[in-house]
Amino acid sequence: MGVGIEVRGLNAWYGKNLSLKAIDMTVLANHVTAVIGPSGCGKSTFVRCLNRMHETIPEARAEGSVKIGEMDVYGSGSDPVEVRRRIGMVFQKPNPFPTMSIYGNVAAGLKLNGFRNRKQMDELVERSLKLAALWEEVKDNLHKKSGASLSGGQQQRLCIARALAVEPEVLLMDEPASALDPISTSKIEELIFQLKQHYTVVIVTHNMQQAARVAEFTGFFLMGSLIEYDKTEKIFTTPADKRTEDYITGRFG
Amino acid sequence: MPNSAPTPAPQAVSLWRRFSNQGATVFAVLAAILVLVPLLAIFVYLVIKGVGSINLAFLTNTPKPPGEAGGGMANGIVGTGLILAVASVIGLPLGIGSGIYLAEYGRNRFGDLIRFTADVLNGVPSIVIGIAAYSLVVVPQKHFSAFSGGVALGIMMIPTIARATEEMLLMVPNVVREAAYGLGIPKWRTTLSISLRTASAGVITGCMLAFARVAGETAPLLFTAFGNQFWNLKLNQPTAALSLQVFTYAISPYDDWHKQAWAGALILILLIVGAVAAVRITTSRGMLKGGA
Repeated sequence: MGVGIEVRGLNAWYGKNLSLKAIDMTVLANHVTAVIGPSGCGKSTFVRCLNRMHETIPEARAEGSVKIGEMDVYGSGSDPVEVRRRIGMVFQKPNPFPTMSIYGNVAAGLKLNGFRNRKQMDELVERSLKLAALWEEVKDNLHKKSGASLSGGQQQRLCIARALAVEPEVLLMDEPASALDPISTSKIEELIFQLKQHYTVVIVTHNMQQAARVAEFTGFFLMGSLIEYDKTEKIFTTPADKRTEDYITGRFG
Repeated sequence: MPNSAPTPAPQAVSLWRRFSNQGATVFAVLAAILVLVPLLAIFVYLVIKGVGSINLAFLTNTPKPPGEAGGGMANGIVGTGLILAVASVIGLPLGIGSGIYLAEYGRNRFGDLIRFTADVLNGVPSIVIGIAAYSLVVVPQKHFSAFSGGVALGIMMIPTIARATEEMLLMVPNVVREAAYGLGIPKWRTTLSISLRTASAGVITGCMLAFARVAGETAPLLFTAFGNQFWNLKLNQPTAALSLQVFTYAISPYDDWHKQAWAGALILILLIVGAVAAVRITTSRGMLKGGA
Protein backbone atom coordinates (compact mmCIF):
# COMPACT_ATOMS: atom_id res chain seq x y z
CA MET A 1 0.00 0.00 0.00
CA GLY A 2 1.13 3.50 -0.72
CA VAL A 3 1.60 6.17 1.88
CA GLY A 4 0.93 9.90 1.79
CA ILE A 5 3.50 12.65 1.52
CA GLU A 6 3.60 15.81 3.65
CA VAL A 7 5.86 18.60 2.47
CA ARG A 8 6.31 21.65 4.69
CA GLY A 9 8.51 24.68 4.02
CA LEU A 10 10.77 22.94 1.52
CA ASN A 11 13.55 25.10 0.10
CA ALA A 12 16.15 23.87 -2.38
CA TRP A 13 19.32 25.47 -3.67
CA TYR A 14 21.77 24.96 -6.53
CA GLY A 15 24.85 26.66 -5.11
CA LYS A 16 23.56 30.09 -4.07
CA ASN A 17 20.55 29.88 -6.35
CA LEU A 18 17.28 29.32 -4.50
CA SER A 19 15.25 27.18 -6.89
CA LEU A 20 12.41 25.94 -4.66
CA LYS A 21 10.74 28.43 -2.36
CA ALA A 22 8.86 27.35 0.76
CA ILE A 23 6.83 24.55 -0.80
CA ASP A 24 3.88 23.18 1.22
CA MET A 25 2.09 20.24 -0.34
CA THR A 26 0.13 17.21 0.84
CA VAL A 27 0.04 14.23 -1.48
CA LEU A 28 -2.67 11.65 -0.82
CA ALA A 29 -1.80 7.97 -0.58
CA ASN A 30 -2.76 5.73 -3.52
CA HIS A 31 -3.48 8.62 -5.80
CA VAL A 32 -1.66 9.99 -8.82
CA THR A 33 -0.48 13.53 -8.38
CA ALA A 34 0.89 15.49 -11.33
CA VAL A 35 3.38 18.33 -11.13
CA ILE A 36 3.23 20.71 -14.08
CA GLY A 37 4.87 23.97 -15.02
CA PRO A 38 7.17 25.57 -17.60
CA SER A 39 10.81 24.48 -18.01
CA GLY A 40 12.99 25.54 -15.11
CA CYS A 41 10.08 26.07 -12.72
CA GLY A 42 11.52 23.60 -10.19
CA LYS A 43 9.17 20.67 -10.75
CA SER A 44 12.00 18.14 -11.31
CA THR A 45 13.91 19.62 -8.39
CA PHE A 46 10.81 19.17 -6.27
CA VAL A 47 10.43 15.43 -6.88
CA ARG A 48 14.19 14.94 -6.57
CA CYS A 49 13.97 16.49 -3.10
CA LEU A 50 11.35 13.94 -2.06
CA ASN A 51 13.85 11.04 -2.23
CA ARG A 52 16.99 13.09 -1.58
CA MET A 53 18.33 12.67 -5.12
CA HIS A 54 18.70 16.45 -5.31
CA GLU A 55 21.72 16.42 -3.03
CA THR A 56 23.68 14.02 -5.28
CA ILE A 57 24.37 17.02 -7.54
CA PRO A 58 27.49 18.92 -6.40
CA GLU A 59 26.65 22.05 -4.36
CA ALA A 60 22.93 21.28 -4.35
CA ARG A 61 21.11 21.20 -0.99
CA ALA A 62 17.61 21.23 0.43
CA GLU A 63 15.99 22.25 3.72
CA GLY A 64 12.55 21.80 5.16
CA SER A 65 10.32 18.97 6.20
CA VAL A 66 9.25 16.04 4.07
CA LYS A 67 7.32 13.21 5.70
CA ILE A 68 6.57 10.12 3.67
CA GLY A 69 4.25 7.95 5.71
CA GLU A 70 6.00 7.74 9.07
CA MET A 71 9.43 8.47 7.61
CA ASP A 72 10.99 11.88 8.22
CA VAL A 73 13.04 12.26 5.00
CA TYR A 74 15.16 15.20 6.22
CA GLY A 75 15.17 14.14 9.88
CA SER A 76 18.49 14.10 11.72
CA GLY A 77 18.86 10.31 11.73
CA SER A 78 17.64 9.84 8.18
CA ASP A 79 19.91 7.99 5.74
CA PRO A 80 19.49 9.09 2.09
CA VAL A 81 20.25 5.55 0.86
CA GLU A 82 17.45 4.14 3.03
CA VAL A 83 15.08 6.89 1.88
CA ARG A 84 15.73 6.05 -1.78
CA ARG A 85 15.18 2.37 -1.09
CA ARG A 86 11.63 3.13 0.01
CA ILE A 87 10.83 5.69 -2.70
CA GLY A 88 11.16 4.45 -6.25
CA MET A 89 12.16 6.78 -9.07
CA VAL A 90 11.75 6.66 -12.84
CA PHE A 91 13.75 9.13 -14.88
CA GLN A 92 13.13 11.18 -17.99
CA LYS A 93 15.37 9.13 -20.27
CA PRO A 94 15.17 5.34 -19.97
CA ASN A 95 18.38 4.35 -18.19
CA PRO A 96 18.70 0.56 -17.95
CA PHE A 97 22.05 -0.80 -16.76
CA PRO A 98 23.65 -1.47 -20.17
CA THR A 99 25.74 -4.53 -19.29
CA MET A 100 22.97 -6.36 -17.45
CA SER A 101 20.31 -8.71 -18.77
CA ILE A 102 16.61 -7.89 -18.47
CA TYR A 103 16.44 -10.04 -15.36
CA GLY A 104 19.63 -8.47 -14.00
CA ASN A 105 18.21 -5.00 -14.43
CA VAL A 106 15.03 -5.76 -12.53
CA ALA A 107 16.88 -7.69 -9.83
CA ALA A 108 19.69 -5.13 -9.47
CA GLY A 109 18.11 -3.17 -6.62
CA LEU A 110 17.52 -6.39 -4.68
CA LYS A 111 20.87 -8.05 -5.42
CA LEU A 112 23.01 -5.03 -4.70
CA ASN A 113 21.21 -4.48 -1.42
CA GLY A 114 22.14 -7.96 -0.27
CA PHE A 115 18.95 -9.85 -1.14
CA ARG A 116 19.96 -13.50 -1.67
CA ASN A 117 16.83 -15.67 -1.82
CA ARG A 118 16.87 -16.84 -5.43
CA LYS A 119 13.31 -18.16 -5.58
CA GLN A 120 11.81 -15.07 -4.00
CA MET A 121 13.85 -12.93 -6.35
CA ASP A 122 12.48 -14.79 -9.38
CA GLU A 123 8.97 -14.14 -8.10
CA LEU A 124 9.63 -10.46 -7.46
CA VAL A 125 11.15 -10.01 -10.92
CA GLU A 126 8.16 -11.66 -12.57
CA ARG A 127 5.66 -9.69 -10.48
CA SER A 128 7.43 -6.38 -11.23
CA LEU A 129 7.64 -7.07 -14.95
CA LYS A 130 3.94 -7.99 -14.96
CA LEU A 131 3.05 -4.81 -13.06
CA ALA A 132 5.06 -2.83 -15.61
CA ALA A 133 3.19 -4.61 -18.45
CA LEU A 134 6.43 -5.90 -19.93
CA TRP A 135 6.37 -9.56 -18.88
CA GLU A 136 4.69 -10.95 -21.99
CA GLU A 137 7.17 -9.22 -24.28
CA VAL A 138 10.36 -10.31 -22.52
CA LYS A 139 9.63 -13.53 -20.60
CA ASP A 140 11.48 -15.72 -23.12
CA ASN A 141 14.62 -13.58 -23.13
CA LEU A 142 14.99 -12.65 -19.48
CA HIS A 143 18.60 -13.78 -19.25
CA LYS A 144 19.59 -13.76 -22.90
CA LYS A 145 18.93 -10.15 -23.83
CA SER A 146 20.54 -7.03 -22.47
CA GLY A 147 18.27 -4.34 -21.07
CA ALA A 148 19.77 -1.92 -23.58
CA SER A 149 18.63 -4.05 -26.52
CA LEU A 150 14.94 -3.25 -25.90
CA SER A 151 13.09 -0.42 -27.64
CA GLY A 152 12.82 2.95 -25.90
CA GLY A 153 9.29 2.34 -24.64
CA GLN A 154 10.17 -1.14 -23.41
CA GLN A 155 13.29 0.24 -21.72
CA GLN A 156 11.19 2.74 -19.81
CA ARG A 157 8.80 0.00 -18.66
CA LEU A 158 11.87 -2.02 -17.68
CA CYS A 159 13.02 0.94 -15.58
CA ILE A 160 9.58 1.07 -13.96
CA ALA A 161 9.77 -2.67 -13.20
CA ARG A 162 13.26 -2.15 -11.76
CA ALA A 163 11.93 0.59 -9.47
CA LEU A 164 8.95 -1.56 -8.40
CA ALA A 165 11.07 -4.64 -7.63
CA VAL A 166 12.47 -3.11 -4.45
CA GLU A 167 8.86 -2.68 -3.27
CA PRO A 168 8.76 1.05 -2.63
CA GLU A 169 5.81 2.83 -1.04
CA VAL A 170 5.97 5.83 -3.34
CA LEU A 171 6.88 6.04 -7.01
CA LEU A 172 8.30 9.28 -8.38
CA MET A 173 8.27 9.74 -12.15
CA ASP A 174 10.24 12.57 -13.71
CA GLU A 175 8.72 13.09 -17.18
CA PRO A 176 8.67 9.33 -17.79
CA ALA A 177 7.15 9.54 -21.27
CA SER A 178 8.81 12.64 -22.69
CA ALA A 179 11.33 10.60 -24.72
CA LEU A 180 8.72 8.15 -26.04
CA ASP A 181 6.41 7.91 -29.03
CA PRO A 182 2.59 8.21 -28.59
CA ILE A 183 1.97 4.44 -28.43
CA SER A 184 4.59 3.84 -25.74
CA THR A 185 3.34 6.93 -23.96
CA SER A 186 -0.21 5.62 -23.78
CA LYS A 187 1.10 2.29 -22.45
CA ILE A 188 2.98 4.09 -19.71
CA GLU A 189 -0.08 6.19 -18.87
CA GLU A 190 -2.27 3.10 -18.63
CA LEU A 191 0.35 1.63 -16.37
CA ILE A 192 0.41 4.68 -14.10
CA PHE A 193 -3.33 4.33 -13.74
CA GLN A 194 -2.93 0.68 -12.64
CA LEU A 195 -0.06 1.45 -10.29
CA LYS A 196 -2.02 3.71 -7.99
CA GLN A 197 -3.77 0.66 -6.54
CA HIS A 198 -0.48 -0.28 -4.89
CA TYR A 199 1.53 2.92 -4.81
CA THR A 200 1.38 6.63 -4.35
CA VAL A 201 2.53 8.14 -7.65
CA VAL A 202 3.96 11.60 -8.21
CA ILE A 203 4.55 12.39 -11.86
CA VAL A 204 6.31 15.40 -13.36
CA THR A 205 5.13 16.24 -16.83
CA HIS A 206 5.48 18.87 -19.52
CA ASN A 207 2.37 17.61 -21.16
CA MET A 208 -0.83 19.06 -19.74
CA GLN A 209 -3.08 16.56 -21.49
CA GLN A 210 -1.06 13.83 -19.83
CA ALA A 211 -1.63 15.38 -16.41
CA ALA A 212 -5.33 15.65 -17.18
CA ARG A 213 -5.45 12.00 -18.27
CA VAL A 214 -3.57 10.29 -15.45
CA ALA A 215 -3.69 12.47 -12.34
CA GLU A 216 -6.39 13.11 -9.77
CA PHE A 217 -4.47 16.03 -8.29
CA THR A 218 -2.28 18.56 -10.03
CA GLY A 219 0.17 21.11 -8.70
CA PHE A 220 1.27 24.05 -10.84
CA PHE A 221 4.81 25.30 -10.26
CA LEU A 222 6.19 28.62 -11.47
CA MET A 223 9.65 30.03 -10.77
CA GLY A 224 10.24 27.76 -7.80
CA SER A 225 6.88 28.34 -6.11
CA LEU A 226 3.80 26.16 -5.91
CA ILE A 227 1.18 28.50 -7.36
CA GLU A 228 -1.87 26.30 -7.17
CA TYR A 229 -2.60 22.76 -6.04
CA ASP A 230 -6.01 21.19 -6.36
CA LYS A 231 -8.07 18.48 -8.01
CA THR A 232 -6.92 18.09 -11.61
CA GLU A 233 -10.39 18.85 -12.87
CA LYS A 234 -10.48 22.12 -10.95
CA ILE A 235 -7.01 23.17 -12.16
CA PHE A 236 -7.91 22.61 -15.79
CA THR A 237 -11.43 24.04 -15.75
CA THR A 238 -11.66 26.77 -13.11
CA PRO A 239 -8.20 27.60 -11.81
CA ALA A 240 -8.14 30.05 -8.93
CA ASP A 241 -4.95 31.81 -9.92
CA LYS A 242 -4.56 33.96 -13.04
CA ARG A 243 -1.06 32.56 -13.67
CA THR A 244 -2.37 28.99 -13.72
CA GLU A 245 -5.01 29.98 -16.19
CA ASP A 246 -2.47 31.74 -18.41
CA TYR A 247 -0.27 28.67 -18.40
CA ILE A 248 -2.92 26.05 -19.12
CA THR A 249 -4.49 28.15 -21.84
CA GLY A 250 -1.10 28.38 -23.48
CA ARG A 251 -0.47 32.07 -22.99
CA PHE A 252 3.10 31.34 -21.86
CA GLY A 253 5.45 28.44 -21.05
CA MET B 1 14.92 3.71 -56.77
CA PRO B 2 11.44 5.09 -56.20
CA ASN B 3 11.77 5.53 -52.44
CA SER B 4 15.15 7.18 -52.20
CA ALA B 5 15.67 10.87 -51.94
CA PRO B 6 16.81 12.46 -55.17
CA THR B 7 20.58 12.39 -55.36
CA PRO B 8 22.35 15.43 -56.73
CA ALA B 9 23.74 14.98 -60.22
CA PRO B 10 27.43 13.91 -60.19
CA GLN B 11 28.47 17.21 -61.66
CA ALA B 12 27.02 18.98 -58.64
CA VAL B 13 29.75 17.56 -56.40
CA SER B 14 32.75 19.71 -56.97
CA LEU B 15 35.92 18.14 -58.27
CA TRP B 16 37.80 19.30 -55.19
CA ARG B 17 35.34 17.64 -52.85
CA ARG B 18 35.61 14.31 -54.64
CA PHE B 19 39.37 14.58 -54.79
CA SER B 20 39.73 15.41 -51.08
CA ASN B 21 37.29 12.68 -50.09
CA GLN B 22 39.19 10.01 -51.99
CA GLY B 23 42.51 11.44 -50.89
CA ALA B 24 41.51 11.18 -47.23
CA THR B 25 40.32 7.59 -47.68
CA VAL B 26 43.55 6.57 -49.41
CA PHE B 27 45.57 8.25 -46.68
CA ALA B 28 43.65 6.42 -43.93
CA VAL B 29 44.13 3.04 -45.62
CA LEU B 30 47.84 3.70 -46.18
CA ALA B 31 48.28 4.73 -42.54
CA ALA B 32 46.58 1.52 -41.38
CA ILE B 33 48.85 -0.58 -43.61
CA LEU B 34 51.94 1.32 -42.44
CA VAL B 35 51.03 0.51 -38.85
CA LEU B 36 50.59 -3.18 -39.61
CA VAL B 37 53.76 -3.59 -41.70
CA PRO B 38 56.37 -3.29 -38.93
CA LEU B 39 54.27 -5.45 -36.62
CA LEU B 40 53.89 -8.22 -39.18
CA ALA B 41 57.50 -7.87 -40.33
CA ILE B 42 58.79 -8.31 -36.78
CA PHE B 43 56.54 -11.28 -36.14
CA VAL B 44 57.35 -13.04 -39.43
CA TYR B 45 61.07 -12.44 -38.95
CA LEU B 46 60.86 -13.80 -35.40
CA VAL B 47 59.07 -16.91 -36.61
CA ILE B 48 61.63 -17.50 -39.38
CA LYS B 49 64.60 -17.04 -37.07
CA GLY B 50 63.20 -18.60 -33.96
CA VAL B 51 60.87 -21.42 -34.83
CA GLY B 52 63.74 -23.79 -35.77
CA SER B 53 65.17 -23.69 -32.25
CA ILE B 54 61.91 -24.33 -30.44
CA ASN B 55 61.62 -27.94 -29.35
CA LEU B 56 60.68 -29.87 -26.26
CA ALA B 57 64.16 -29.47 -24.77
CA PHE B 58 64.00 -25.71 -25.21
CA LEU B 59 60.71 -25.58 -23.40
CA THR B 60 61.64 -27.96 -20.57
CA ASN B 61 65.40 -27.55 -19.89
CA THR B 62 67.40 -24.90 -18.08
CA PRO B 63 70.33 -23.20 -19.88
CA LYS B 64 73.55 -25.18 -20.45
CA PRO B 65 76.93 -23.66 -19.51
CA PRO B 66 78.53 -21.51 -22.25
CA GLY B 67 79.93 -23.56 -25.12
CA GLU B 68 77.76 -26.60 -24.50
CA ALA B 69 75.05 -27.13 -27.10
CA GLY B 70 71.39 -27.58 -26.17
CA GLY B 71 69.63 -26.39 -23.07
CA GLY B 72 66.51 -24.27 -22.92
CA MET B 73 64.67 -21.44 -21.28
CA ALA B 74 62.10 -23.29 -19.18
CA ASN B 75 63.21 -21.44 -16.06
CA GLY B 76 62.93 -18.13 -17.94
CA ILE B 77 59.37 -18.89 -19.02
CA VAL B 78 58.35 -19.77 -15.49
CA GLY B 79 60.33 -16.82 -14.08
CA THR B 80 58.58 -14.37 -16.41
CA GLY B 81 55.25 -15.81 -15.29
CA LEU B 82 56.26 -15.44 -11.64
CA ILE B 83 57.40 -11.84 -12.04
CA LEU B 84 54.30 -10.89 -14.03
CA ALA B 85 52.07 -12.48 -11.40
CA VAL B 86 53.68 -10.29 -8.73
CA ALA B 87 53.45 -7.25 -11.02
CA SER B 88 49.74 -7.89 -11.65
CA VAL B 89 48.99 -8.39 -7.95
CA ILE B 90 50.55 -4.96 -7.33
CA GLY B 91 49.59 -3.10 -10.50
CA LEU B 92 45.96 -4.17 -11.07
CA PRO B 93 44.39 -3.29 -7.71
CA LEU B 94 46.44 -0.10 -7.26
CA GLY B 95 45.87 1.00 -10.85
CA ILE B 96 42.14 0.25 -10.91
CA GLY B 97 41.72 1.63 -7.39
CA SER B 98 43.38 4.94 -8.19
CA GLY B 99 41.44 5.12 -11.46
CA ILE B 100 38.21 4.75 -9.50
CA TYR B 101 39.31 7.47 -7.10
CA LEU B 102 40.18 9.84 -9.95
CA ALA B 103 36.89 9.33 -11.77
CA GLU B 104 34.44 9.20 -8.87
CA TYR B 105 36.04 11.35 -6.16
CA GLY B 106 39.03 13.10 -7.71
CA ARG B 107 37.48 16.27 -9.16
CA ASN B 108 39.78 18.41 -6.97
CA ARG B 109 43.35 19.64 -6.57
CA PHE B 110 44.52 16.37 -5.04
CA GLY B 111 43.05 14.48 -8.00
CA ASP B 112 44.84 16.80 -10.43
CA LEU B 113 48.09 16.14 -8.59
CA ILE B 114 47.62 12.37 -8.90
CA ARG B 115 46.69 12.70 -12.57
CA PHE B 116 49.81 14.76 -13.25
CA THR B 117 52.01 12.33 -11.30
CA ALA B 118 50.58 9.37 -13.19
CA ASP B 119 51.27 11.01 -16.54
CA VAL B 120 54.85 11.80 -15.51
CA LEU B 121 55.35 8.27 -14.19
CA ASN B 122 54.16 6.95 -17.54
CA GLY B 123 57.00 8.83 -19.22
CA VAL B 124 59.78 7.80 -16.83
CA PRO B 125 62.32 5.53 -18.58
CA SER B 126 61.84 1.95 -17.47
CA ILE B 127 65.43 1.63 -16.28
CA VAL B 128 64.81 4.45 -13.81
CA ILE B 129 61.84 2.49 -12.42
CA GLY B 130 64.26 -0.44 -12.11
CA ILE B 131 66.66 1.70 -10.07
CA ALA B 132 63.79 2.77 -7.83
CA ALA B 133 62.79 -0.86 -7.21
CA TYR B 134 66.48 -1.67 -6.64
CA SER B 135 66.85 0.93 -3.92
CA LEU B 136 63.42 0.27 -2.38
CA VAL B 137 63.48 -3.54 -2.33
CA VAL B 138 66.83 -5.02 -3.37
CA VAL B 139 69.07 -2.86 -1.17
CA PRO B 140 67.10 -3.38 2.07
CA GLN B 141 66.79 -7.12 1.32
CA LYS B 142 70.45 -7.29 0.33
CA HIS B 143 69.78 -9.62 -2.61
CA PHE B 144 68.10 -9.68 -6.00
CA SER B 145 64.67 -11.27 -6.18
CA ALA B 146 61.66 -12.10 -8.34
CA PHE B 147 59.64 -9.95 -5.96
CA SER B 148 61.69 -6.82 -6.67
CA GLY B 149 61.29 -7.40 -10.42
CA GLY B 150 57.55 -7.70 -9.93
CA VAL B 151 57.55 -4.46 -7.93
CA ALA B 152 59.34 -2.63 -10.76
CA LEU B 153 56.91 -3.91 -13.41
CA GLY B 154 53.91 -3.40 -11.13
CA ILE B 155 54.83 0.26 -10.64
CA MET B 156 55.06 0.62 -14.41
CA MET B 157 51.58 -0.80 -14.85
CA ILE B 158 49.87 1.57 -12.40
CA PRO B 159 49.71 4.83 -14.40
CA THR B 160 48.44 3.19 -17.61
CA ILE B 161 45.74 1.26 -15.77
CA ALA B 162 44.75 4.21 -13.57
CA ARG B 163 44.28 6.61 -16.47
CA ALA B 164 42.47 4.02 -18.62
CA THR B 165 40.13 3.14 -15.73
CA GLU B 166 39.44 6.83 -15.10
CA GLU B 167 38.68 7.58 -18.75
CA MET B 168 36.39 4.55 -19.07
CA LEU B 169 34.48 5.36 -15.87
CA LEU B 170 33.99 8.95 -17.01
CA MET B 171 32.39 7.59 -20.17
CA VAL B 172 29.68 5.85 -18.12
CA PRO B 173 26.67 8.17 -18.42
CA ASN B 174 25.63 9.84 -15.18
CA VAL B 175 22.03 8.67 -15.67
CA VAL B 176 23.26 5.12 -15.03
CA ARG B 177 24.66 6.16 -11.63
CA GLU B 178 21.44 8.06 -10.87
CA ALA B 179 19.41 4.95 -11.66
CA ALA B 180 21.42 3.05 -9.07
CA TYR B 181 21.18 5.79 -6.41
CA GLY B 182 17.43 5.92 -7.07
CA LEU B 183 17.19 2.24 -6.14
CA GLY B 184 18.82 2.92 -2.79
CA ILE B 185 22.15 1.37 -3.76
CA PRO B 186 24.99 3.00 -1.79
CA LYS B 187 27.67 4.93 -3.69
CA TRP B 188 30.48 2.42 -3.14
CA ARG B 189 28.25 -0.40 -4.37
CA THR B 190 27.18 1.65 -7.37
CA THR B 191 30.80 2.36 -8.26
CA LEU B 192 31.91 -1.27 -8.04
CA SER B 193 28.86 -3.14 -9.31
CA ILE B 194 27.33 -0.65 -11.75
CA SER B 195 29.87 1.91 -13.02
CA LEU B 196 32.92 -0.34 -13.08
CA ARG B 197 30.89 -3.14 -14.60
CA THR B 198 29.53 -0.88 -17.31
CA ALA B 199 33.08 0.27 -18.07
CA SER B 200 34.62 -3.19 -17.73
CA ALA B 201 35.41 -3.79 -21.42
CA GLY B 202 37.51 -0.64 -21.59
CA VAL B 203 39.13 -1.19 -18.20
CA ILE B 204 40.18 -4.70 -19.25
CA THR B 205 41.68 -3.31 -22.45
CA GLY B 206 43.68 -0.83 -20.38
CA CYS B 207 44.89 -3.59 -18.06
CA MET B 208 45.92 -5.78 -21.00
CA LEU B 209 47.81 -2.89 -22.61
CA ALA B 210 49.71 -2.29 -19.38
CA PHE B 211 50.35 -6.02 -18.93
CA ALA B 212 51.59 -6.52 -22.49
CA ARG B 213 53.80 -3.48 -22.23
CA VAL B 214 55.66 -4.60 -19.10
CA ALA B 215 55.74 -8.30 -20.04
CA GLY B 216 58.57 -7.67 -22.51
CA GLU B 217 60.50 -5.19 -20.35
CA THR B 218 64.18 -5.99 -19.81
CA ALA B 219 65.80 -2.90 -18.34
CA PRO B 220 63.85 -2.76 -15.04
CA LEU B 221 64.70 -6.43 -14.40
CA LEU B 222 68.49 -6.07 -14.89
CA PHE B 223 69.17 -5.23 -11.27
CA THR B 224 66.01 -6.48 -9.65
CA ALA B 225 65.10 -10.00 -10.82
CA PHE B 226 68.71 -10.18 -12.10
CA GLY B 227 68.39 -13.47 -13.98
CA ASN B 228 69.29 -17.01 -12.99
CA GLN B 229 70.77 -20.00 -14.82
CA PHE B 230 68.84 -22.42 -12.64
CA TRP B 231 65.30 -23.12 -11.54
CA ASN B 232 63.86 -20.81 -8.98
CA LEU B 233 60.30 -20.64 -7.73
CA LYS B 234 61.00 -18.54 -4.64
CA LEU B 235 59.90 -14.93 -4.66
CA ASN B 236 62.91 -13.78 -2.66
CA GLN B 237 65.56 -15.33 -4.91
CA PRO B 238 67.12 -14.07 -8.15
CA THR B 239 64.97 -15.28 -11.00
CA ALA B 240 65.37 -15.88 -14.70
CA ALA B 241 63.10 -14.02 -17.09
CA LEU B 242 62.65 -14.55 -20.81
CA SER B 243 63.47 -10.96 -21.67
CA LEU B 244 66.68 -11.04 -19.61
CA GLN B 245 67.70 -14.37 -21.09
CA VAL B 246 67.10 -13.10 -24.63
CA PHE B 247 69.19 -10.03 -23.84
CA THR B 248 72.07 -12.06 -22.37
CA TYR B 249 72.05 -14.60 -25.21
CA ALA B 250 71.76 -11.97 -27.93
CA ILE B 251 74.92 -10.13 -26.85
CA SER B 252 76.87 -13.36 -26.32
CA PRO B 253 79.45 -14.54 -28.87
CA TYR B 254 77.91 -18.02 -29.33
CA ASP B 255 75.97 -18.88 -32.44
CA ASP B 256 73.79 -21.44 -30.62
CA TRP B 257 72.81 -18.82 -28.02
CA HIS B 258 71.86 -16.37 -30.77
CA LYS B 259 69.44 -18.94 -32.15
CA GLN B 260 68.03 -19.54 -28.70
CA ALA B 261 67.61 -15.79 -28.21
CA TRP B 262 65.41 -15.66 -31.32
CA ALA B 263 63.40 -18.60 -30.05
CA GLY B 264 63.05 -16.96 -26.62
CA ALA B 265 61.79 -13.74 -28.16
CA LEU B 266 59.25 -15.65 -30.21
CA ILE B 267 58.04 -17.58 -27.15
CA LEU B 268 57.74 -14.31 -25.21
CA ILE B 269 55.56 -12.73 -27.89
CA LEU B 270 53.42 -15.85 -28.19
CA LEU B 271 52.94 -15.94 -24.42
CA ILE B 272 51.85 -12.29 -24.35
CA VAL B 273 49.46 -12.77 -27.28
CA GLY B 274 48.14 -15.95 -25.66
CA ALA B 275 47.58 -14.28 -22.30
CA VAL B 276 45.79 -11.29 -23.85
CA ALA B 277 43.63 -13.56 -26.02
CA ALA B 278 42.76 -15.79 -23.07
CA VAL B 279 41.64 -12.80 -20.99
CA ARG B 280 39.64 -11.43 -23.92
CA ILE B 281 37.85 -14.73 -24.49
CA THR B 282 37.06 -15.41 -20.83
CA THR B 283 35.82 -11.88 -20.17
CA SER B 284 33.73 -11.59 -23.32
CA ARG B 285 32.00 -14.89 -22.55
CA GLY B 286 28.70 -14.27 -20.84
CA MET B 287 28.73 -10.61 -21.75
CA LEU B 288 25.44 -9.56 -23.30
CA LYS B 289 25.41 -8.00 -26.68
CA GLY B 290 22.90 -5.25 -27.02
CA GLY B 291 22.49 -2.05 -28.94
CA ALA B 292 22.99 0.99 -26.77
